[in-house]
This record gives sequence, structure tokens and C-alpha cells, in this order.
Amino acid sequence: MKRARLSLLLLWPGLVTLSLTVVPVLLLLRISLAPQDPSAPWGTGVSSEAYASLLAADSLRSLGRSLELALSVALISLGAGFPLAYCITRMRRRVQVLWLVFLLATLTLSDVLIAFSWQVLLSKRIGLSKLLVALGLMDQPDSLAPSVGGVIGCLVYLVIPFTVLTLYPSLSQLDRGLIEAARTLGAPAWRSFTSVVIPLTRVPAVIAFVLSAVLTLGSFVPPLALGRPEHWPMSVLIGNAALAGHNLPRASAMSVLLLLVTALLAWGAAQTLRRRAA
Amino acid sequence: MTRALRGTFLALLALFLSAPLIVVTGVSFNGNARMNFPPQHVSVIWYGNFFSDAGWRSAFTLSLVIAALSSLVALSIALPLAYAVWRHGSRAARALQALARISFLLPSVVVSIVFLVFWSAIGHAGHIEDTILSHAVVFVTLPLTTIGLGFQSIDPALIDAARTLGARDSEVLRTVIRPILLPYAICGLVFVFILSLNEYIIAYMVAGFEVETLPIKVFNNLRMGFTPTMCVGAVLFMLLGVLGFGVIALIGDLPKLLGGRSQGNG
Repeated sequence: MKRARLSLLLLWPGLVTLSLTVVPVLLLLRISLAPQDPSAPWGTGVSSEAYASLLAADSLRSLGRSLELALSVALISLGAGFPLAYCITRMRRRVQVLWLVFLLATLTLSDVLIAFSWQVLLSKRIGLSKLLVALGLMDQPDSLAPSVGGVIGCLVYLVIPFTVLTLYPSLSQLDRGLIEAARTLGAPAWRSFTSVVIPLTRVPAVIAFVLSAVLTLGSFVPPLALGRPEHWPMSVLIGNAALAGHNLPRASAMSVLLLLVTALLAWGAAQTLRRRAA
Repeated sequence: MTRALRGTFLALLALFLSAPLIVVTGVSFNGNARMNFPPQHVSVIWYGNFFSDAGWRSAFTLSLVIAALSSLVALSIALPLAYAVWRHGSRAARALQALARISFLLPSVVVSIVFLVFWSAIGHAGHIEDTILSHAVVFVTLPLTTIGLGFQSIDPALIDAARTLGARDSEVLRTVIRPILLPYAICGLVFVFILSLNEYIIAYMVAGFEVETLPIKVFNNLRMGFTPTMCVGAVLFMLLGVLGFGVIALIGDLPKLLGGRSQGNG
């Protein structure tokens, strides 16, 4: 009776979840091993041609760029997001809620709209370059995109809210008594931050770092809209292979590769945490 | 951190986070079709343009419909699943819950290819229900979290009391659990609604040519060149986001929902 009720309860969630997570990933593996067929989404039979194409110089370079981009964006976001999250947890409740609403609103805003906003912001007619001229840092207004800097800036913008909200729970629950104890014992404010707060929040910090890196690995619009083709990471190549190139096997093989990189990042993070904890 | 240093840091980050939004909002109020900031000849003609253009209006409506339906589907998955975990603690339910959370954490381009492959394989790519179901599955982790928190916040003594007073399971569900859970479920709904509204790459992959949502339309226009009408779309979505999370902050305990300290002990 209880079993029957439980099965009934899990019928719909199980059906949808399994058919839209496990099944498609298996299909992805299968199609990455299919030949390309211009007249169909993919051909019949087995072929290693999609994986062979990953070894081409431009695929490898784009993977390198993906990793570079992911690590630099994750590092910058953690560097700025950690102190921001810390400051937010120390604010009065009302101000705190205001910041959280603001962060959630930017976090959920479409990456298309944000990339578009950055295009406008970095354009010649508007904003940033005029400001730089006024500050004497530039001679005359100029377009600041497409550029690597534009891509990184936009991605950091997209990722920071995730970093802050990943760190927020543990920083918010942090035992304030410990900080006060450090201060009472004569530690300056920065010292209580580096020797009490940072060690206690190592785990969420590593998680936030990996999450930011993975978010960057999967980003399609910002590098496409703000970078030149020579800046494109693997995610853009995946999207283009599927949409413009009609080569789903190649897109699938690259996706499998990015999944492996993601798994490797998560594994590496877990190892770091375990070693430090031991 | 000293007070002045902290203030400067916060102000700089607030500026960084709001600069693109301020610029886009400014441009949307321009009186002519050029990108000017601050706006020249302030006017709302582009807002009129947005709502009188059938293409923009239908993209906006389509986005709203998809967001509404996918949040309901996500809720229909999350509610029984979270209940099964809480009430029965079954291993199958736990495993399913872990599985349901994964796609949110994978690189989004990869997830979009995974869905494209699935809908193509069953010969059903290019329909609105693909977008709705795909969004529901990717974002189901949010109602799972909020509803999970809701169940945890139920005091077992309350349920015992109801049982002692002779309430049957269905009555406990209706009179004790439902009112406690309601705000958490609504928060989950709002989260999925706003995320689905703004989601681009998955919607584009599974049905982008047939089902043109607002982010897809903005992206397609991006390639053809600038129109201030795009800024209107961006402003509307910003407002919807702030409104949605504002509602959550009003009906729920936002810091607690995000895993921080709750009102009581904060």
C-alpha cells in the first residue's frame, strides 16, 4: 500500500526527469559516434569522424581559450564576489534584502540582454569610452568591442551574482563570535577576515569557483556578441556546429568533451577539499 | 575593512552591476533611432513601437506563456518529489531529486545540445512544448529547493497534534501542510517563471526557428543592427525580474530562502 502510493507519487516526476536527463545524455553519446548526414540531423552507422575533428588545431585552440576564459572569469568573480557577499551579510536586514533582490534581478536577466547592454556600453557613441576620454585615459572615443576584455567583463558581470549567492549562506551563518573573539584578542579587521572568515568558508569558495568556471564554459552569447572569431571558445563552436553547420555529431562530440572537462573540474575541486580537510 | 574602503568597494560594484542597465534604460527613452546616452529628446515612442509591432508583441506574449507553463510543469515535478523525500525518505526519491538537479549545473550550451538531440531523436523538434518541458526540467531544482525548505520548516509537533485530534492524512495535508508550504511553492514558481522568461540558448536550440521568444528575437535583431525597440524589451524584463523578486521578498523570507539567516535570529 505504502509502496504503491510512493510509486504513484514518483510516476510523473520520474518519467519527465529520466526521459529528459538520462535518455538524452545517452543519445548524445550515441550521436557523437554517428557520421554527419547533410539530409538528416545525423547519419546511420558508427563513425569516429566527429571525435577525430576534435584533434584539429582550431578545436584544441578553442578548448584552450574556453579554459583560459573560465579560469580568469572564475578568479575575478571570486575576488570581487567574496568581499561583496561578506559585506552584504553584515548589512542591516532591509539593505540586505535590497541587495539580494538587485542581485537576483541581474542574475536572471537574459544573457542576450546583458550582452546587448554591454555592446551598447562599449560602443563608440556611448558611455565607457567617453568616460575614459574625460578621465584622460583615452585620446578619443572609440569602440571597445569586440575585444577579449569585453567578453571577460560581460562574463564577470553574468557570473558575480552566482558567486555571491553561493557564498551567501555560509557567510551569513558564520559564527560572529569567532570574529569578535579574534578582534578582542587584538587582530586587526583584515586579519580576522583572512584567518577566521576565509578558512571557514573554503568549501563554498571552491564550489563558487567551479560553478563560475562551468557557467563560463557553457556561455554562448557573450563571446559571440562581444568577441572576434579568433576569441571564440568551444561553446560558440558547439552552437555554430549545431545551428549553422548542421553537424550535430560534431556538436555532440564537443559537448561530450565539455562534459568531461566539467567533471574533471568538479573532481579536482573535491580532491583539493579532501586533501585540505585531512 | 574600514568603513570608507568598504563604502567605496560597494559603490563601485553597484555601479558595475547597474551601468549596463542604466545605459540601456536611458537609450530606450531616446527620441530618435540612434544610440544616445544620456537620451536626447526624451520620449516613449519606442515603447509605443514595441507594443504596436505585432512581431515584438507576439514574442513577448510567447515568452510569458512559456514561462507560465514551464513554471507550472516544474512545480508539478517538484511538489510530489519533495513530498516523497520528506514524507517517505525513500532512496528512489532522493536519487531522482539529485538527478533532477544536475542539468542546472551543467554548461548551458551542452544542456541545449542534449535537449536538441532528444527532441530530434523522437522526431518532435521545433514545438512550443519542447521549450516548456526543457525549461521545466532545467529549472526544477529551484522549486525543489524552496519546497524542500518549506517541508523542513514544518514542525512535526503540529502534525502530531492534528493527528491526535483525529485528522486523516488528507486533512493534515490540507489544513496543516498546505498553508505552510504555499509561500515556498509560490517562490519556486516565480523563480522558474523569471528564469524561463530570460532563457535563450535552450529555447533557441530546441525550437528557435518556430517559437521565437523575446530573448531569441532580441538576439536575431542583434545581428541585423541596433534598434531602440530592443532596449524596451530589456527594460520590460528588468522590471519583471525586480517585480518578481520584490514579491518574493514581501511574501517570503528572502535571506532564508537563499540559505542565510532567517528573520528570527538575524
